[in-house]
Amino acid sequence: MSPRWVPSKGAGGKSTGVEGAGGGDGDRLPARRPTGRRLPGRRLLARHPLARFLLRRTATAVLLALGVTLVTFILTNLVPGDPAAANLGQRAIGDPAIVAQFRHHYGLDKPLPVQYVTYLGNLLHGDLGESQQSHQPVSTDLSTAVPATLELAGAAIVVSLIVGVAFGVVAALRRDRFTDQLLRVVSLLGVSVPTFWLALLAFYVFFYRLGWAPGSGRLDPGMTAPPDVTGLYTVDAALAGQWPVFWSAAGHLALPALVLTAYTVGLLTRFTRSAVLEVLNQDYVRAARAKGLPGRTVLFQYVLRAALVPVITVAGLAFGALLSGTVLVESIFAWPGLGAYAYRSATTLDLPAVMGVGLVVGLVYLTVNLAVDVLYGVIDPRVRVQ
Amino acid sequence: MTDGDSVDVLRISGLTLDLGGRRILGGVDLALRPGQVHGLAGESGSGKTMTGLAALGLLPPGARTGGRIELEGTDLLTLPARQLAALRGRSVSMVFQDPSTSLHPMLSIGHQLTDHLRHHLKLDRKAAKERAAELLTQVRIPNPREALGRYPHQFSGGMRQRIAIAIALACEPKVLIADEPTTALDVTVQAGVLRLLRGLCDDLGLAVLLVTHDLGVMSAIADEVSVMRHGLVVETGPRGRVLTEPQHAYTRQLLDALPGRSTV
Ligand SMILES: Nc1ncnc2c1ncn2[C@@H]1O[C@H](COP(=O)(O)OP(=O)(O)OP(=O)(O)O)[C@@H](O)[C@H]1O
Ligand SMILES: [Mg+2]
Repeated sequence: MSPRWVPSKGAGGKSTGVEGAGGGDGDRLPARRPTGRRLPGRRLLARHPLARFLLRRTATAVLLALGVTLVTFILTNLVPGDPAAANLGQRAIGDPAIVAQFRHHYGLDKPLPVQYVTYLGNLLHGDLGESQQSHQPVSTDLSTAVPATLELAGAAIVVSLIVGVAFGVVAALRRDRFTDQLLRVVSLLGVSVPTFWLALLAFYVFFYRLGWAPGSGRLDPGMTAPPDVTGLYTVDAALAGQWPVFWSAAGHLALPALVLTAYTVGLLTRFTRSAVLEVLNQDYVRAARAKGLPGRTVLFQYVLRAALVPVITVAGLAFGALLSGTVLVESIFAWPGLGAYAYRSATTLDLPAVMGVGLVVGLVYLTVNLAVDVLYGVIDPRVRVQ
Repeated sequence: MTDGDSVDVLRISGLTLDLGGRRILGGVDLALRPGQVHGLAGESGSGKTMTGLAALGLLPPGARTGGRIELEGTDLLTLPARQLAALRGRSVSMVFQDPSTSLHPMLSIGHQLTDHLRHHLKLDRKAAKERAAELLTQVRIPNPREALGRYPHQFSGGMRQRIAIAIALACEPKVLIADEPTTALDVTVQAGVLRLLRGLCDDLGLAVLLVTHDLGVMSAIADEVSVMRHGLVVETGPRGRVLTEPQHAYTRQLLDALPGRSTV
């Protein structure tokens, strides 16, 4: 991890420091360039390292979103298959007039480049097109699917971080002893068991056999969704004080979220273990012990702080893995989220919907990356101050 | 416990150390006195660092020790872990070789200067901060109050080692073990750090064990000199005698190896 939003040398700060922790970081701008008139607001933006960093990241995000649309567009059109055939019924497909009408309605009768440019033009107005399946604007579909998935993936990543980091720390401290061996087996299982299989097994055992888990979906049948604030049912229900709804939402969330954590817990356990072991070997840990600090203080203030830097990187990757895991888990648990929507759209060649999903996933990845980079700065002063 | 003749604050006698089935120390004898710098020389791997770590109870796991390490009459080797931890960093403290790795890169200087102060001496935040600023002044860090909020990477190597020394001295220990404190530093700042150590030793009545490869350093500031080889102290005595009339062939070899110098 290189310092990515450090202020450029000489941009403020007194000269007590001599050697900085300089490193190859191409993302750093040179010191203020002599430019002509500038608006005060822009000067502030250009000067503040974090503002400049966020500005650059936003620009990258726009370019990346463009790339995502292009790639998705090309891939979707490469797939052999006719959206009309996939979306129209058996009878309608026999009627050339209906097929032509369908193709005209969705602009499929135009040349591909024209279709693409039209899509981009609409995108500028926030119009993601109309889903050929649901006959609703894609943005409407996404506005319910995205929070559902974020609730699922968010719960999973929070649980994974807590459990994975705890497991990793314990394994490192009990290195090569029984607990370490046990956790090694657990994390190996977590990483290697296929998520869809685990989802099926969990559904079978906890729903059919034991009857502990509520059925599929996000709420018990007959229950109405809480007032929409965040789109996360548990949070919204808690905000509205609707506790029966909260418990129902949490109950429905628990099993699919736990299934999703298996892989990420395994991943985080292994990375945390090796990060902690490496930090335990550092001179500054020995120096902290030589100061006579209690073991607890050394662990939480000296060891964990340093070990968290690589763990955060992996947590960002793990979140990406979670999102791809949701496709299968959501289908099995009938969770009305992005994964299920993506699956349905892809199998019916619902081009606008697939592109919409691609855009959202790209944006989520970028946001997670951004959060990881900002967290580096929060944890490590070498990134923050120079 | 006060033996009549004992002015030694730390006395190591017959210290043996076995690690992984290998004998590392074969019966080390050393005595440190208040206000004196005891230089410890010897080739790489002779056990200098292990001797220092033994005095702090920080030997690697699986180490087996014999002999005695007495701090004012109390044997540190047989002391229960809790009591040893209470002495560590308070009565005996250590400065490590490389200040760029021995300070935590993500914790402020103020944090690293005060956490053990607060733990050992039960000072409150404000009092600890006062003491920390005082310590930084003592080791000649400019703008001590501002420095408390800074991080190690914002200081030069020499200043980092001064800070590490300030941390080691915070709880007013009786014994300071400095393991090659200038080896990792630029030659131009080495003398300053050594002079600082010498001054602190004189002013505070500190007993210093200065581990070094460098006999030049040794002759500049040590009162007593011991030479180690293969886990044993082969020669010990006042600086003047050891460096001018070495009794042991190995000490003579070391002296001959010094550039621009020939044995008398
Ligand atoms: N963790 C360890 N486990 C096993 N043996 C070790 C360990 N650390 C050091 N040793 C061995 O102990 C012996 C003494 O090492 P020590 O570090 O005390 O030497 P030293 O005199 O300080 O050398 P140097 O001048 O290189 O620092 C060496 O032979 C070394 O190989
Ligand atoms: Mg050594």
